[in-house]
Amino acid sequence: MTPLTHSALPICLALLSLWVVIGLAGLLRPQSLAFVARTLFPLGALCGLALALLAGLTLGAPAERATLAIGLPDLPMHLRRDALASVFLLLLGGASAGISVFAAGYFRRGAGTSPGLLCLQYHGFLAAMGLVLLADDAYSFMIAWETMALASYFLVATQHTLPEIRRAGFLYLLLAHVGAIAILLSFGVLQGGSWQFTFDAMRHAHLAPHWALVAFALAVFGFGAKAGLVPLHVWLPEAHPAAPSPVSALMSGVMLKTAVYGMLRVTFDLIGHPTWWWGLVPLALGLLSAVYGAVFAAAQTDMKRLLAYSSIENVGIIFAGLGLAIVFGSVAMPAIAALALIALLYHSLNHAFMKSLLFLGTGAVLHSTGERNLGRLGGLIHRMPWVAWLSLVGTLAMAGLPPLNGFVSDWLLLQAFLFTPQVPHTFINMLLPLGAALVALTTALAAYVMVKFFGVIFLGQPREGALAQAHDAGILERIGLAYLALGCFVLGLLPTYVVGALKLVAGQLLGAAPARLEGPWWRLVPLPGRHASYSAPILFAAIIAVVLLTALAVRLLYHQRRRRAAPWDCGFGSLNARMQDTAEGFGQPIRHIFGAFFAMQRELPSPFDRAPRYRVSVGDRIWQGIYVPVGALVQRAADTVAWLQQGRIANYLLYSFVTLVVLLALVL
Amino acid sequence: MNGVPFDLQLLNMCAALLLLLSFAMLAQRRVVTLVNLLAIQGALLFAATLLLAWRTGQHHLYLSAALTLGLKVIFLPWLLHRLIRRLEVYWDTEPLLDVSGTMLVGLVVVVFAFSLAQPISALASTATRSSIGIAVAVILLSFVTMITRRKAMSQVVGFLSMENGLFFGAMSATYGMPMIVELGVALDVLVAVLVLGIFFFQIREQFDSLDLHHLEALKESAALEPRADGEGR
Amino acid sequence: MRPIDLLTQILEVIAALAAAPLFLGWVNQCRAWLQNRRPPSLWLPYLGIRKLFHKDAVIAANASALFRLAPYVVFGAMVVAAAIIPSMGTGLPFTTAADAIALVGLLATARVFQSLAAMDVGTAFGTLGARREMMVGFLAEPALLTIIFVASLISATTALPEITENLATQHLGLYPSLAFTAVAFTMVLLAENARIPIDNPATHLELTMIHEAMLLEYSARHLALMEWAAALKLFNYACIGFALFIPWGVSTGAGGPAALALSIPLLAVKLALAGVALALIETVSAKVRVFRAPEFLATAFLLAMLGLLVHLLLGA
Repeated sequence: MTPLTHSALPICLALLSLWVVIGLAGLLRPQSLAFVARTLFPLGALCGLALALLAGLTLGAPAERATLAIGLPDLPMHLRRDALASVFLLLLGGASAGISVFAAGYFRRGAGTSPGLLCLQYHGFLAAMGLVLLADDAYSFMIAWETMALASYFLVATQHTLPEIRRAGFLYLLLAHVGAIAILLSFGVLQGGSWQFTFDAMRHAHLAPHWALVAFALAVFGFGAKAGLVPLHVWLPEAHPAAPSPVSALMSGVMLKTAVYGMLRVTFDLIGHPTWWWGLVPLALGLLSAVYGAVFAAAQTDMKRLLAYSSIENVGIIFAGLGLAIVFGSVAMPAIAALALIALLYHSLNHAFMKSLLFLGTGAVLHSTGERNLGRLGGLIHRMPWVAWLSLVGTLAMAGLPPLNGFVSDWLLLQAFLFTPQVPHTFINMLLPLGAALVALTTALAAYVMVKFFGVIFLGQPREGALAQAHDAGILERIGLAYLALGCFVLGLLPTYVVGALKLVAGQLLGAAPARLEGPWWRLVPLPGRHASYSAPILFAAIIAVVLLTALAVRLLYHQRRRRAAPWDCGFGSLNARMQDTAEGFGQPIRHIFGAFFAMQRELPSPFDRAPRYRVSVGDRIWQGIYVPVGALVQRAADTVAWLQQGRIANYLLYSFVTLVVLLALVL
Repeated sequence: MNGVPFDLQLLNMCAALLLLLSFAMLAQRRVVTLVNLLAIQGALLFAATLLLAWRTGQHHLYLSAALTLGLKVIFLPWLLHRLIRRLEVYWDTEPLLDVSGTMLVGLVVVVFAFSLAQPISALASTATRSSIGIAVAVILLSFVTMITRRKAMSQVVGFLSMENGLFFGAMSATYGMPMIVELGVALDVLVAVLVLGIFFFQIREQFDSLDLHHLEALKESAALEPRADGEGR
Repeated sequence: MRPIDLLTQILEVIAALAAAPLFLGWVNQCRAWLQNRRPPSLWLPYLGIRKLFHKDAVIAANASALFRLAPYVVFGAMVVAAAIIPSMGTGLPFTTAADAIALVGLLATARVFQSLAAMDVGTAFGTLGARREMMVGFLAEPALLTIIFVASLISATTALPEITENLATQHLGLYPSLAFTAVAFTMVLLAENARIPIDNPATHLELTMIHEAMLLEYSARHLALMEWAAALKLFNYACIGFALFIPWGVSTGAGGPAALALSIPLLAVKLALAGVALALIETVSAKVRVFRAPEFLATAFLLAMLGLLVHLLLGA
């Protein structure tokens, strides 16, 4: 282990370079699907798995540094691997392994990019994300960040022949760059006068409180834009559905977490000691995003948009945990701050696996049926049993049901909220516990959304006749899905190991020595002395035992006879598949209760119509209220400036002349 | 909770029930039930005043309790019920905001009142100082009740509930107001209800309804034009 | 772990399984008395379940394995939940594995599986029932969590037996915050167990059903398990109410066999009174229209939050 812990960083770098090499290898035979899909992608998956194992084994090891000679003459690349980077490398490698295996079986020849080019973009994306996690100075961080954004843009625009995909890609690129500018400015403030852009210099810089606040605000804006925090979330519901499903999974599961990583790095490492009330900003924005995302997800009719909004909801919960950690850390409650940090890191890990699983499931459905619209799906559990049952694991995990992994992070977060009345600030300690009620509301809404998702796609009767031709996923796709489902089970049933590892990260970030986790391996006791414990293996075993005993008792005491008949139709006689609940119908209670969130337009039929039609379109108020006016403003400003471009050569010469005259006057 | 004496616990319970009743009034649509809730509020105030009088030994509080019983539990509800029967107003029409929205506004108001009252409670010297926040909350909630109603009768009930909150606040903060002040306030409330009763009859005669949005027709611009139905005034 | 604790644990589960249909029968009897009808037999739910077990299962042609699996999972979740609730004693060894939040999670698991099973056959009524059940659930679950949160703040723990022990052994105190949460809990109980005013458990009109609509396709042993699970759910909710608001009589940590033996008839008395109260509430209320159900539940949620605020203000 000792040689491993000292050379973990070079091995990580080697694995990232291997990804780049695999990507470039795709250009050798760009049109050959067999080579790219069946050989290169599984190789990339193995790299990811190796990266995850390495990061997991060396989580507790002391930080390593390295300086690469690449880069500008005076600005070499600094790299560092510490506990925080390791946990996110684990997330990256673990989730991407499953996604790459699925992608190996998923990518077919189609309109748009050739497979070789896709391989390059995909693995470049992975390598760039890895480099973001390892970067130790602002320069390499921003290069890696930009590469990540560009690579993902090309991946989103894979089917660039379609105009709506191009539009989605443009919106994504625009907001990614707006965020990147904010992050760059934040780094600019953080260097605090030393003009050294290494993270080490930033750690040792002493910032005046208001400058630290500016840096923090810029970081929240920049990283929030990448993570999809309301109100900077508008690119997410466009870009995720537009991208191919493995790319959506990668973006939702892994890329959003790099923004969380950046936020953690800036707040706890570079700024060091944030003021307590700064934590209220990510907390408020996080809770708002959580409720917003869940409510919008319930009203969607496109399965991938539904999952995109659900990602917004989960990112909101993660940022709420971050806000709590900042508040607790600054009021001398380090153990609870560590608990909040562990909850948010655990949720990031969980979400990577759960959301990837669901997105890949939708990919398989899209492939076999060609439909993304929930109103044209249904009953697929009969034709696609593997995809359906594995997606069921993801659905139950996302709904936060014990004993799967979604429940553990929600439980840890609620345990952290239980301490909020002890915060020594009078107005705040009354508001913070209300946040727990909002988290509970979000969890319940998430269950609603997931029942809608799974029920409308896989259960019921097929809403279109063409669905009878649907076929189940291929072997590689099944392996990818099963791997991610297994990850959900492991994260859910062995929380003690995960929390033990995350405690090291929390200890390092908060500067406190981590306490050992007490209790046996099968019982999670997050805080010593409190009588709250959770034992996932025992709970799981109990449920399974009761279910099996009941089944056995029924079989032995009674009989197992059954026969099939038509469903109950209330004597109506002609029930068909169109009479089941639609996606709009399932979301109607949410639209009714939370009507204030939506900008809804409804076209209602009247009794006198020859061809009556009902149409409802659900829009985002934030888009109408903020982005459209800002866009109009920018357009007007651009038009004003465009007046300068007259097209006449004499004018351009005049501009050069004026500039020369002004410079001469200033210099002389 | 171990060290707190039983009568203080009862007082806290009265305070909490008072808050619950204010919320119930916020969500009620039947005017008869509103008046009954007002009567129960008065009864709670009576019980709290008695408890406080017994605990602190201040005898003017017994008088205050008797006044509360007579006025707020017996006379005013009886008067209001008589008005309801004569005016035949039993239901309130749809309030300004739907029930969930009103309750949400109520919750925000309660949070605001509680946070406002925390520093004040630290300054007061009575045993019941922690219920100052509840008193402020009751006052503000009654205000919201008055704002979100359309029938005049419900607004009167809101006004009386506000006076109850004021009374409770005075009791929690300073063990009651001087007797002169209290008698004066009680007389004012009585006169106000009587005068309002007369007003209701006038309004009903003019507009054939106690829905207050009809009063908007009395704006200046409308008064200059001749009334279409010929009823000039 | 003392042997008496293990005995308490096993006894609680068996009592829940055995007494849940009896509780349901008692509530129906009280309702009949209040409505001036001749009451059905107290043992009618048992006879119904037994009859259903003997029948052949008639399953829709397009029902999947999830449909056949769901009754077992729902029943299992309810039984495991019964093991977490301290109805007779507080020294339950199983509760170190699951606390009150996990209890709410188990109830959510049962609800999700029921809704998925209802959507499985793909008829209009099943999917409508699933939608309504999830609507009731997504407002009732946060209310229940907030109620438990308030109790946890008072007792500084989220383990339900510890909360009960704390509230039972303390000096008799009036907690105003618990008054608010008691009202909220009653509303949540009515909503989650499909009682009037949210749902009529005896209705035959599919368009007004919430809970019954999810059972329309089930028959024989599957229906028997679902009905038993519904009775268990009501029993569990009643016991949660006792644990939080009427905890006296439960055999606390130091109690021996005598305390355990005393707690059983006390539990029976509590259940009898609760049944009468439930029947009374059902008889004087009218069923609200479905689109007003969210208002009802939002009121419960807001009352629970008010209880939290009152606790933070008054310290009680």
